[in-house]
Amino acid sequence: MALIDYANPSKFISLTDRLLPWLIGGAALALAFGVNQVFGAPEDYQQGATVRIMFIHVPAAWLSMFGWMIMTISSLGTLVWRHPLADVAAKAAAPVGAAFTLICLITGALWGRPMWGTYWVWDARLTSVLVLFLMYLGVIALWRTVEEPTRAARAAAILTLVGAINLPIIKFSVDWWNTLHQPASVLRLDGPSIHPDLLVPLLVMTLACGLTFITLHLAVMRNEILRRRIRTMHLLQAQRAPGS
Amino acid sequence: MKALTALFGRDAKLAVRAGGGAPVAVLFFLIVVTITPFALGPDLALLQRIGPAILWIGALLASLLALDRLLAADLDDGSLDLLTMSDTPLELALAAKALAHWLTTGLPLVIATPLLALFLNLDLVASAAVAATLLVGTPALTFLGLAGAALTVTLRRGGLLLSVLVLPLTIPVLIFGVAASNAAIVGPLPFGTPFMILCALSLTGLVIGPVAAALALRSGHD
Repeated sequence: MALIDYANPSKFISLTDRLLPWLIGGAALALAFGVNQVFGAPEDYQQGATVRIMFIHVPAAWLSMFGWMIMTISSLGTLVWRHPLADVAAKAAAPVGAAFTLICLITGALWGRPMWGTYWVWDARLTSVLVLFLMYLGVIALWRTVEEPTRAARAAAILTLVGAINLPIIKFSVDWWNTLHQPASVLRLDGPSIHPDLLVPLLVMTLACGLTFITLHLAVMRNEILRRRIRTMHLLQAQRAPGS
Repeated sequence: MKALTALFGRDAKLAVRAGGGAPVAVLFFLIVVTITPFALGPDLALLQRIGPAILWIGALLASLLALDRLLAADLDDGSLDLLTMSDTPLELALAAKALAHWLTTGLPLVIATPLLALFLNLDLVASAAVAATLLVGTPALTFLGLAGAALTVTLRRGGLLLSVLVLPLTIPVLIFGVAASNAAIVGPLPFGTPFMILCALSLTGLVIGPVAAALALRSGHD
């Protein structure tokens, strides 16, 4: 089965009809298992129970970048291969990615209050995530401003690609500007510095949240296809209406 | 090449003679710098410390405000369609337009900077440093803005959206512009490093901006 076989929206809809119940069930089970693991994990000797915020905060942070990656790949699909579902995928990823970015920001603020004594600091990592959130909102605003879907798709695709080129530059410049957040402690060349008792629940939660992301993404894509069908039907009906 | 110079000359002449362009942008810059002390208080020591930041924010907003006319006038009179269909590559034509725009709105801001620096109690070295960073940094703002202007030119309420889309992308320019100015004034970093990065951002913008803008204009036309 090649990717192009699913270019037909009806085929995609029937595929999601079969897949979505399993995905929803799988995501719910994984989340339940993950939460169980999280509360089984030992408390941190310094941070106490608040370390558990990490198990939602870190996956959300990873998925916030994953969302922009999906949008970038889909935008290439729109502009280069003209895949008919690529713009649906790009449009659906924007609100889901923005939601995970917002979760990352909110849990980070709630974690920062007991640990750093403040909800917000102008630290490099926090600031880059905030900028990422603003860029998600910009893309969503562009989608909503251009009425015609195919034109909106290409405009949003160009903005997404320019953003994808600029995000590393923004990240680098913000790092230069200020740093307080702890450096990466899981994805490191010399192996993770985090204890296995905390690492296992973190990875389980990452899988669970990733599964949730994909489930939501497919569901939003499906809704978008249906919404476009309704729009086309409205347009056809208006054309056929008497007096036109 | 001849077509590009002609386009450059036309845009520069239009911007200078039609009014409402460069002088208004400089006036806006002056007003931003003037109202900041009303918010912060007339403390000259404080103003001196944050002077480069105020000048950079003012220049950023002033160049952003001028952007929505960059392509809109050409769309209104139809010359944008001619540009899209002509033999000259659209990327180069847009780069020429952006350079003309920078020459008529960005450069006046740079020239006005030493005067405005006086209001903020900056000494000679400091105002020269801010002017130098603005000189190499404002082209990046224009080129990024060009991409944003091309995306929003056909929209009815494009102006506000343009700012929302472009401002997050200008953060690196702002960071290194202010960092280079402060490095020249108080140290301890060398002035050269952030200054060179600022130059690099402008050169990157020169490549990304026109290509993205051309892509946006072409895709809006079919």
